[in-house]
Amino acid sequence: MAAGKEIRTQIASIKNTQKITSAMEMVAASKMKKAQDRMLASRPYSEKISKVIGHLTYAHSEFEHSYMKEGGDLKRIGIIIISSDRGLCGGLNTNLFRSLLKQVTDYQAKGIEVDICTIGKKATSFFKNSGLNIKSVLTDLGDAPHFDDLLGTVKVMLDAYDEGEIQQLSVAYNKFENTMTQTPTVTQLVPIVAGEVDDMDHYWDYIYEPDAEEALSALLVRYIEALVYQGLVENIACEQSSRMIAMKSATDNAGDMVKDLELVYNKARQAAITQEISEIVSGAAAV
Amino acid sequence: MSTIHVNVVSATESIYSGEANCVFAPASTGELGIYPKHVALLSVLKPGEVRVETEKGIESIYVSGGIVEVQPDVVTIFSDTAIRANDLDEYKALEAKQRAEEAMANSDNGHDVGTTQAALAEAMAQLQMLSKMRGKKL
Repeated sequence: MAAGKEIRTQIASIKNTQKITSAMEMVAASKMKKAQDRMLASRPYSEKISKVIGHLTYAHSEFEHSYMKEGGDLKRIGIIIISSDRGLCGGLNTNLFRSLLKQVTDYQAKGIEVDICTIGKKATSFFKNSGLNIKSVLTDLGDAPHFDDLLGTVKVMLDAYDEGEIQQLSVAYNKFENTMTQTPTVTQLVPIVAGEVDDMDHYWDYIYEPDAEEALSALLVRYIEALVYQGLVENIACEQSSRMIAMKSATDNAGDMVKDLELVYNKARQAAITQEISEIVSGAAAV
Repeated sequence: MSTIHVNVVSATESIYSGEANCVFAPASTGELGIYPKHVALLSVLKPGEVRVETEKGIESIYVSGGIVEVQPDVVTIFSDTAIRANDLDEYKALEAKQRAEEAMANSDNGHDVGTTQAALAEAMAQLQMLSKMRGKKL
């Protein structure tokens, strides 16, 4: 019964793997709930600040901030890529990277260079050898990233924009549609794309304190940070739900494999018994 | 009496939302008192206390800096990390102040003096507010 023993070991090892994947599924499910709550909790801020930016584009300010101006010709653009720190979350990161690489190739075909900033270990290791210039890296954010963690990374990219190194900055992340669906999304950060606001046609402007430049800079930087933060928390919610789904299907597949193997094992056992009986019977007949 | 809608939000949560008679916010140039029909205004906030005066009483919220946007009928306050004043951890504030002071003492070692001063101002504002609230309670 050598074959039988081998199959038994295989079944045992698949069952062990199944235990791990089902544990990971449950962990991801509970983390997913928290990640979604965090995502929803951070929405008011980004919604409100987008609204203010909308108002701002209708205000007739004498001072025009560089983030609001359309830059000249695109020569070099920056992309902040948000990914997860850990794997085993299905095609989440790969889908995002693949759609990004396609866009990057399109840009390069037009003669536009691409600088990137990676958030999360997966993006960092994926783009390390891509030949693109990585300007900043941020990893080990954990499940509950703090707003502060982002500031340095975003600043590096905004400084590059201020100095004219890059003429456009975008953020790429997985948008959370629902538990089953995550969409790779690229959103332009600067120059700022105005949202729609109605009923703002009359001539008006804000009073700025301490002055227009300082107030606008503070607001616009927070707006951009808020967009990146929103992308980050959405990506984490995506990661957890994607991992939950991936682990669920892994657990199901392991169950199927165990079932198939048990069938094979039982057949082999049956065959061995039949053979033994027929041997005994034919032996007895010979005597 | 007419009212003004007030939203106080931070990156991680919506802290306050509702109608108010007036709002006071610690703008960088001095405290702002905002009543309904205020002219449109955009200002930087420094660490301090936001007071929202409603029919029911005064709601007090600590902000560690941020932005205020005023439209005639709505005030939006973006707090950098606004935590309810009651939740303020005095020990942490003291510690932060100590750290900031230590950093100031060796500011020659490449520390950013501006950042440190900002941290100190924030810690001071938190302490001030705590002692004020403690005074009310006793």
